[in-house]
Amino acid sequence: MSPILVLAEKEFRDGLRNKWVAGATLLLAALAFALTFLGSSPAGLVEAKPLAVTVVSISSLTIFLIPLIALLIGYDAIVGESERGCLLLMLTYPVSRGQIMLGKFLGHATILTVATLVGYGAAGLAAAMTGNADAESWRAFSALLGSSVLLGLAFLALAYLASVLVAERSTAAGLAVGLWLIFVIVYDLALMGLLVASKGGVGADVFPALLLLNPADAYRLFNLTAFENVRQISGMGGLAASAHFSPTILLTALLGWIVIPLATAIAVFQRREA
Amino acid sequence: MTAVSTDRAGKDYNGRTVLDAVSIAVPEGRCVALIGHNGAGKTTLMKIILGLIRPSRGRVEVLGQDPATAGVDFRAKLGFLPENVAFHDQMTGAETLRFFARLKKVDTREAAELLDRVGLARAADQKVKTYSKGMRQRLGLAQALLGRPKLLLLDEPTTGLDPVLRTEFFEIIRGLTEAGTTVILSSHILTELEARTDLAAIMRDGRLVAFGDLESLRQEAGLPVTVRARGDAVELSKKLNGAFHKTLPRNSAYIDLDCPVDRKMELLRALADCGDLCTDVDVRLPTLDDLYLHYSGRAISSGTGREDAV
Repeated sequence: MSPILVLAEKEFRDGLRNKWVAGATLLLAALAFALTFLGSSPAGLVEAKPLAVTVVSISSLTIFLIPLIALLIGYDAIVGESERGCLLLMLTYPVSRGQIMLGKFLGHATILTVATLVGYGAAGLAAAMTGNADAESWRAFSALLGSSVLLGLAFLALAYLASVLVAERSTAAGLAVGLWLIFVIVYDLALMGLLVASKGGVGADVFPALLLLNPADAYRLFNLTAFENVRQISGMGGLAASAHFSPTILLTALLGWIVIPLATAIAVFQRREA
Repeated sequence: MTAVSTDRAGKDYNGRTVLDAVSIAVPEGRCVALIGHNGAGKTTLMKIILGLIRPSRGRVEVLGQDPATAGVDFRAKLGFLPENVAFHDQMTGAETLRFFARLKKVDTREAAELLDRVGLARAADQKVKTYSKGMRQRLGLAQALLGRPKLLLLDEPTTGLDPVLRTEFFEIIRGLTEAGTTVILSSHILTELEARTDLAAIMRDGRLVAFGDLESLRQEAGLPVTVRARGDAVELSKKLNGAFHKTLPRNSAYIDLDCPVDRKMELLRALADCGDLCTDVDVRLPTLDDLYLHYSGRAISSGTGREDAV
């Protein structure tokens, strides 16, 4: 078996053992359920499909929660092993550093994916049982599941980069929290501030591009604009028309946010000494 | 064939030299002891041999390759036990060893055999966090032995092992060297290495101060043989008449005589001629401790009695 799979399996088993998988799944499921059923009650008034409402509320929640979970899972992937003294031994094994990174990443990615799909999927099933979902809502919901996983992986890759750049676990933890604050909170506030300060002077051509430079914004745009029925509820109809990003571009941006930090982390890891 | 050779290898960390001009050549199938106090550069040298760090100066060749650039195939031939080996606490001993076996592409049945060999068979299904220091050390040894390595590097392998396990440990090492494995180990406990290692590399402040087999190191150091003669110490010292450097302890039940290795028989004959004055004789060859102290530049303690040449 490839060393990547051996490492991935171990990482996933560790996740099962230390209850990361169970904890993250339950947390996501509980919140998704709450949103689904709270979202259903007012839905009749605005004639929206309940599942489409669920997509809007779950995606707003996901932007805060999934990056946090991903950063917490991933920040000590390398630096933690290094501090415990396990990494030194592993580096003498017939495994390349790239394989160590990819294997661990694959394991952590599986934990995140399982938690997202099971947690949100349960809420989707519950919504289906209430019978208020049409085919497009289902597509939107599937897109939500897929893109939530991608968002998680993007922040996992950022966590790995933090983990390989610093020498101490506590520094990596601080960096992870910093990354969350920057991408999830500060970035949007800064963009808004920029708009207000320049009185809209920042060109309409620059502003949308800036949204692609944040995985959380790419995710938000994708989920709120890709499907017509969701657009109507989210009030993004106008923005979708002005921001010229097709779902493909937004998903590519998310993929880029996975590949580039991870590739950088591997390159840094390969160059440094044990 | 030379398994490990370094040619004036050196390593700097942030402008500080931790290893300087170390040249050793270890033939295949031999066991080398790296001796030196903390910070002498033993671990740094091991890391260079393993390819974990690159030397700042000099050349290193291990199993015919440059370890810093060698790939996965090279590391498949290595076994390593780090100082203060650490494992994941939540895994059992058996799980840990199976994981390492799969990583090394070794049959997992070998993992079970090795657990038995290091005496952990009964604790195999306990979590590593319940293990004592000695048990962790044995688990570390077991993972180092996975896949019959061509080169085994053991950093302080016997810490935490009781005397029985230590003996078993050296038996395992002997079995491996007989089968052609080259072993490099470091230790503070010098006496235990003496009978079990072929070569010694004595390090001090990042430099190699002596390298060779124990016999030639002894000769080179020119350390005296100490002969303890029991009996009437005062009469004996008169009889020997200043021919040998001696130490006379206060209670005078014995006398310690230092003599160069090549005059040992001369001294023993002289003692034999003393008849009843000498009742017993102990001959103490310079030990690894003595060699270590000699080469690391410290004085050799010479007992408690007054010291004079009569």
